[in-house]
Amino acid sequence: MDMQLQTSAFAYAPAPESRAIVDIAPSYGLFIDGEFTEAADGKVFKTVSPSTEEVLSEVAQAGTEDVDRAVRAARKAFEKWSALPGSERAKYLFRIARIIQERSRELAVLETLDNGKPIKETRDADLPLVAAHFFYYAGWADKLEHAGFGATPRPLGVAGQVIPWNFPLLMLAWKIAPALATGNTVVLKPAETTPLSALFFADICRQAGLPRGVVNILPGYGDTGAALVAHPDVNKVAFTGSTAVGKEIAKTVAGTRKKLTLELGGKGANIVFDDAPIDQAVEGIVNGIFFNQGQVCCAGSRLLVQESIEDELLDSLKRRLSTLRLGDPLDKNTDIGAINSEEQLTRITSLVEQGEAEGAERWSPDCELPSSGYWFAPTLFTKVTQAHTVARDEIFGPVLSVLTFRTPDEAVAKANNTPYGLSAGIWTEKGSRILAVAGKLRAGVVWSNTFNKFDPTSPFGGYKESGFGREGGRHGLEAYLDVR
Amino acid sequence: MSDKTDKTEQLRLSVFKTYKLYVGGKFPRSESGRVYEVTDAKGKWLANAPLSSRKDARDAVVAARKAFGGWSGATAYNRGQVLYRVAEMLEGRKGQFVHEVADAEGLSKSKAAAVVEATIDRWVWYAGWTDKIAQVTGGGNPVAGPFFNLSSPEPTGVVAVLAPQESSFLGLVSVIAPVIATGNTAVVVASERSPLPALSLGEVLATSDVPGGVVNVLSGRTAEIAAPLAAHQDVNAIDLAGADEVLAKDLEIAAADNLKRVLRPQPVDDWSATPGIDRMTAFLETKTVWHPTGSLGASGSSY
Amino acid sequence: MPTTAPNAAHALADVTASDSTLRSYLHGLPGVDAVGLEARAASLGTRSIKTTAKAYAIDLAISMVDLTTLEGADTPGKVRALGVKAVRPDPTDRTAPSTAAVCVYPDMVATAKQAVAGSEVKVASVATAFPAGRAPLSVKLADVREAVAAGADEIDMVIDRGAFLAGTYMKVYDEIVAVKEACGTDARLKVIFETGELSTYDNIRRASWLGMLAGADFIKTSTGKVAVNATPANTLLMLEAVRDFRARTGVQVGVKPAGGIRTSKDAIKFLVLVNETAGEDWLDSHWFRFGASSLLNDLLMQRQKLATGRYSGPDYVTVD
Repeated sequence: MDMQLQTSAFAYAPAPESRAIVDIAPSYGLFIDGEFTEAADGKVFKTVSPSTEEVLSEVAQAGTEDVDRAVRAARKAFEKWSALPGSERAKYLFRIARIIQERSRELAVLETLDNGKPIKETRDADLPLVAAHFFYYAGWADKLEHAGFGATPRPLGVAGQVIPWNFPLLMLAWKIAPALATGNTVVLKPAETTPLSALFFADICRQAGLPRGVVNILPGYGDTGAALVAHPDVNKVAFTGSTAVGKEIAKTVAGTRKKLTLELGGKGANIVFDDAPIDQAVEGIVNGIFFNQGQVCCAGSRLLVQESIEDELLDSLKRRLSTLRLGDPLDKNTDIGAINSEEQLTRITSLVEQGEAEGAERWSPDCELPSSGYWFAPTLFTKVTQAHTVARDEIFGPVLSVLTFRTPDEAVAKANNTPYGLSAGIWTEKGSRILAVAGKLRAGVVWSNTFNKFDPTSPFGGYKESGFGREGGRHGLEAYLDVR
Repeated sequence: MSDKTDKTEQLRLSVFKTYKLYVGGKFPRSESGRVYEVTDAKGKWLANAPLSSRKDARDAVVAARKAFGGWSGATAYNRGQVLYRVAEMLEGRKGQFVHEVADAEGLSKSKAAAVVEATIDRWVWYAGWTDKIAQVTGGGNPVAGPFFNLSSPEPTGVVAVLAPQESSFLGLVSVIAPVIATGNTAVVVASERSPLPALSLGEVLATSDVPGGVVNVLSGRTAEIAAPLAAHQDVNAIDLAGADEVLAKDLEIAAADNLKRVLRPQPVDDWSATPGIDRMTAFLETKTVWHPTGSLGASGSSY
Repeated sequence: MPTTAPNAAHALADVTASDSTLRSYLHGLPGVDAVGLEARAASLGTRSIKTTAKAYAIDLAISMVDLTTLEGADTPGKVRALGVKAVRPDPTDRTAPSTAAVCVYPDMVATAKQAVAGSEVKVASVATAFPAGRAPLSVKLADVREAVAAGADEIDMVIDRGAFLAGTYMKVYDEIVAVKEACGTDARLKVIFETGELSTYDNIRRASWLGMLAGADFIKTSTGKVAVNATPANTLLMLEAVRDFRARTGVQVGVKPAGGIRTSKDAIKFLVLVNETAGEDWLDSHWFRFGASSLLNDLLMQRQKLATGRYSGPDYVTVD
């Protein structure tokens, strides 16, 4: 099912990564207090491979009672875990980092199967970043007094963490690594469409000898997450996901002492000036919106191109899109994988239809989509204005809206004209323009002459309705420390 | 204002002051035309203060938003100079504030003087922070790739500040100064019972090079003014210092609608203790900018 | 396919009207971000080319080799051996394609011509005081004319890097035009930039356009005589240049990375660059070449591996 979009004499033969490296059990339990266990009410749900709709496994679905059990286990573990010398906590995290590196190919294949993203990305982006994140925060565990959060920074207690499906294991790492390094214990709910890598992570905790109850994994749907967030014995809530759910969580924790960090949606502007390094800008635009099928909160989903080079840039961009290879996510040459779920595909489809109905011009390269699974062709909208829905709403799919601007002031004004404020891109060869524009953009991460770069040392998070708090770097420690 | 008269001299009727709001650098009355009676600690009438309405809150937000670009774009050095100027101006009007604080909080002259001095010193403390906080909270990040990566703090935007109810001047300044030191603009709801020092502070700010709109002071019922501020879509953050538990919860829920940064009320035993940087970092965003570095040339070390 | 590029002057006539117009044009080309360029080249390097695609790529790569010997110690015997090898690279397997050309010094052209006689293999000759290019123009042109007279089908000239780095672009341009004229109508001209000496990617893009404006049939990275020769990144950049030049003028120009490409794996990575940057129109020995010597044997060993399923060894290919 290698659906390469181009027809070339040099047709790449299928190059599938072997799925034999990963052994998925027919069923998985909840991971509570160091053991896999069924849900109290016995509920289970199926997780499927979005590229084929094949059922991968049946997973226990945590309910309120299980949430309570997990929080109690985490509370019990907190006493000893937080009392451990930082240097000992560090070694557990270093162990975890190393085991992830050892098992990275297995985990990459697993993630690709459960999420639908190309193996190229799980292998070259997700997994290296996951290991690096644990490695980075491991080193902080015994140096917290030097982090600038007071002489004796204290952990908060039990962290309730809810993560999305777009980078399942990486988001787990972003949540668990700093929480454990600072001495907190964790109850984590992975997304309902991608629970498997978190459950494999439970096995890594076992291999690392992590004390029972320090990490608890509760697969489930939104109601599981809501119960976790609302649990009275949770001290810290960390959520990555949609802005709508983020607002609900903020209301839930209102009036409590729970510390809250939110990483939410975005509608990132990728601004291309007429003096941009054009070939690299095209790559950056492609990477900005088609990386992980555009299911990225910091995606560069709005292309703001200077009107004087619009035609030239769009020609280059369309030519480049015609070389994207969509198909089997396990094929090592696949650039565009499957959409994560039917629900998400429906949402993308409906927003794109709305874009067309509102008069934006839709374009996709010639592209045959596989007959089973959830697929959406890379899509461009031109003739888009600030008023179009596709310019305002987060689509969370491989859909780029192209807008134009005339002057740097106008570019900044349009870029900032959104309730979101997560990411932005700037493309120009003029250094002073980069600094001036970067200074005026209301976004937590600004990529100049690059896009979608991540690093454990680099704080990540939004302005405005993209959420608050930072993950990564020294800044990322604050979310898990009692600094006030 | 109470005025003591010397019976041996000819009676002179003192001139009362009409207290007004401070919004956008001007001193309006409440658009509602309402006032309320402010008394001293013993219940004696001091003045009529404007009883601000939700429309006054709206106007204050507009003024604060308008001032944000200029104030956040000013150099940190310049903001430091302006804040220090506030301390200078206060020093010159110390007597007035000692009087007002003594009345408001029922303190002796000497205790009130100590409070006012601590307040002036607080301005000086924050004046010094404007060009240092970025160095403490920002910095370069050693990413694993050919990129220059720098994190810098930036002001959150318009911050609604519910001033502490008890500490009418030191507490007030302790919540305003950190907000504006970092480049935010503020809509301040003065202590409900003791708003006069706050309203007088507006007069000082107006003559201290603080651009109009950077600080806006409203007096009235905290709950009445705070509700529209907490729900306002163009307010970026809210400091709930002056809200009680019940009000704070309601406001936090309202604030979730546009995901305001919320600083929950915390017990403060002693406003005169040296603050940490928490009140500044609560209203700072971290912006991280990436830029490629790479080799100097095509024959460089990168391949 | 035309063997000689028509003059591009009609589309960009004004550009070479004067020193200053040429300079403005070259300096007005889009800049190159080095990190982004190298990242793109590296990313294309992760393509996994297997089974049928690999067999196709290996034969294509063999057919694109300019089998090269450019040593002071070159002898007629050495050049004859090379010619024979170019015509029939794998004596045990007649299905192995011939290489595109042999590439020799001008004084060896006649010998090489004899060695490949009767085949499709071209004879390319370096000229213009290769590799340094430090000689008077008259000497360089004489060098070219001698090689063409001796039967060279292709001339690989070096540009005057000194003039380029000094900013006298018109001098470089005029020299290429003169050499092109000396090539006559039969010999195709490859213009070597010595990218390792031009140093920056911006310079490589400017040189590419300069060479194409002056009538180059091919643009070529390097002489193989300096520290940094062909790399995925500089070749990718030149492929972007020929792609854009054709879009602008309708004139197709070939690309030849040379020096440092030694393994089949490397060669296939370059073909992926061609495929996904310039496109399949360039996937032909008329438009893409490898300047290489040891590469050929590795391609042949890989070819044997694909045919037999066993790994081959150096004793099963010829040492020339």
